[in-house]
Amino acid sequence: MTTLEENAGPVNDPTTDFNIFDPEFVRDPYPTMEEIRESQCPIAHSGRWGGSWFPTRYDDVVAIAQEHDIFTSRDIIVVPRSAAAAEGPYAGVAAPPITSDPPDHHWHRRLILPVFAPQAVAKYEQSTRDLCNQLIDKFIAKGEADAGTDYAQQIPVRVIATMLGVPTEMADEFTGWVRGVLEVGLTDPKVRLESRLKILKFFQAQLDDRKKNPRENDLITDLLNSGDKYPVTDQYVLGVCNLMLVAGIDTTWSAIGSSLWHLAQHPEHREQLRANPDLWPTAIEELLRAYSPVTMARIVDRDTEFQGCPMKAGDRILMSFPAANRDPRQFEQPDEVILDREHNRHVAFGSGIHRCAGSNLARLELRVSLQVWLERIPEFSLIDPAAVTWAGGQVHGPRVCRVRF
Amino acid sequence: MRVRVDEASCQGQQMCSIAAPEVFGSDELGHATVLIVGDLPVELHAKTRRAQANCPEDAIIIEE
Ligand code: HEM
Ligand code: SF4
Repeated sequence: MTTLEENAGPVNDPTTDFNIFDPEFVRDPYPTMEEIRESQCPIAHSGRWGGSWFPTRYDDVVAIAQEHDIFTSRDIIVVPRSAAAAEGPYAGVAAPPITSDPPDHHWHRRLILPVFAPQAVAKYEQSTRDLCNQLIDKFIAKGEADAGTDYAQQIPVRVIATMLGVPTEMADEFTGWVRGVLEVGLTDPKVRLESRLKILKFFQAQLDDRKKNPRENDLITDLLNSGDKYPVTDQYVLGVCNLMLVAGIDTTWSAIGSSLWHLAQHPEHREQLRANPDLWPTAIEELLRAYSPVTMARIVDRDTEFQGCPMKAGDRILMSFPAANRDPRQFEQPDEVILDREHNRHVAFGSGIHRCAGSNLARLELRVSLQVWLERIPEFSLIDPAAVTWAGGQVHGPRVCRVRF
Repeated sequence: MRVRVDEASCQGQQMCSIAAPEVFGSDELGHATVLIVGDLPVELHAKTRRAQANCPEDAIIIEE
C-alpha cells in the first residue's frame, strides 16, 4: 500500500476513505478538512496508505500532541516506511529530536535549541536579505518569474546550508534529496530510500571531516564535542543534520510560496503591509495559520480510546495542524486571511514537547523574503491560477507559481 | 497586573513576544522571559492578555 496506483480511486466519503495524495486534496485540502471536521466523525479514518486517523478539530489535535506518552513520535512521516529502510547502512539513524520520545527527547532537543533562539537567528537576517535581493536581480528585468522555483525554493536551503556549514553551491542537490524524502518519495519508496541514503552519506563525510579538521563556530563540530554534557553519538549528530536539512527546507519554502501565492491575489493585503510595516509580525503569524504547511504523524503506543475512536497500538495518526488552524471553534472566520488578527493561537509549528525548534528562523526567513519581494516587486499577479502546481501530504505548498509584474 | 511564565509548560513558541514585545523576551534556549519586574503599566494590560490568549501551551500566568 505504498504507491499512487495502489491507493488511487475516487473518494466517496472522506470521513471513511480520505486520501491525502488525492490530486484535489493536494491542491486545495481545506474543503475536505471542513467536511470531516463538521461531520459525525471529526477524527476520520481511512484504510489508504497503510491506514491512518485524521483529527481535524483544534482541541483534538492539541490534545493528541500533548499526550506524547500514548501518541509517540517514533515515526512522524505520514505514510509507512518500506521494509527495505529498516535494514542496510544507516538503518539506525533517526531524526532527533523530532523522532525521539521522552526521556531522551529532552536532551536531544536541549542541545540544539540555543542555535535557534531569536537572538541567535537574528544574525542570518542580513545575509538572507542579500540572498533575496540577488535572486530577484536575476529575474526582475523579465517582468515575470516563477515565485516558487525561482524564489521561495531557493531561500531556506541556502540559509540551512550556511547554518550547518556545508556548501551553499550544493543547494540544488540538497533540494532534490529533501524532495526525495518528503515529497516525491512519500508515494515512491525507492526514491525515498535512495534520497535518505544520499543525505546520510553526505553528512557522514562531513562528520568525518570535522573529526579530522575541527572548525571554529561550527554547528557540526560543536555537536560532536558535546559529549561532556550528554551521551552524544555519531548517530545522533547524523540524525540532527538529517532533520535540519529535511525539516528546514520544504517547510519554509512552502510557507514563503503560499504567502506569495496569496499576496499575488490580494492587492489590498499588499497595500495594508506597505501602509503599516508594524503589522509584519502579526501578518506572518496569520499567513502561517491560514496556510500551515506541515502535517506530522504519531504512532499509537498501546490500545486506547480517544474521543470514541478505538485506536490500536501501532496505528498512525496524521496531526493535521492545517485543519486545526482552520477550526471555527478556535478561529473566527477561519478561511479569511486577516493580517491584523489579534487572537491567533495557531499551531502551525505544532504543540507540546515537539513544537518546532526552528520557528524563529522560519519566521525570520518568511518575513525577510516577503518584505524584500514587496519592496522590489510591489505589484504582481498570477499568470494563470490554474497552472499553479502544489505539493501535499506531509508538506503543503505551491511548487510552480508563475507571476507577472 | 503581574505576569509570569510557567517554565515547565513553555515550549518557546514566542507568540507572547510577538503579541507583547515590551513584556516578553527570550532566554538562550528561546523560552519566554518576563522583561518587566513587578506591576505592569496599565497600557500593557491588553497586550499581555492577548499574549496569554495566544500562547498555545497555556504557559502564561496573569495575577491581577
Ligand atoms: C514555516 C516553516 C516551518 C514549519 C511550519 C514547521 C513546522 C514544524 C512542526 C509542526 C513541528 C512539530 C513536529 C511534531 O509535532 O511532530 C516541527 C518540529 C521541528 N522543526 Fe519545524 N517547521 C518549520 C521550519 C523549520 C526550520 C527552518 C527548522 C530548522 C532547521 C525546523 C526544525 C524543526 C525541528 C528541529 C523540529 C523538532 C522539534 C522537536 O521534536 O523537539 N523547522 N516543525
Ligand atoms: S507563547 Fe507560550 S510557549 Fe511560547 S514562548 Fe511564550 S510563553 Fe512560551
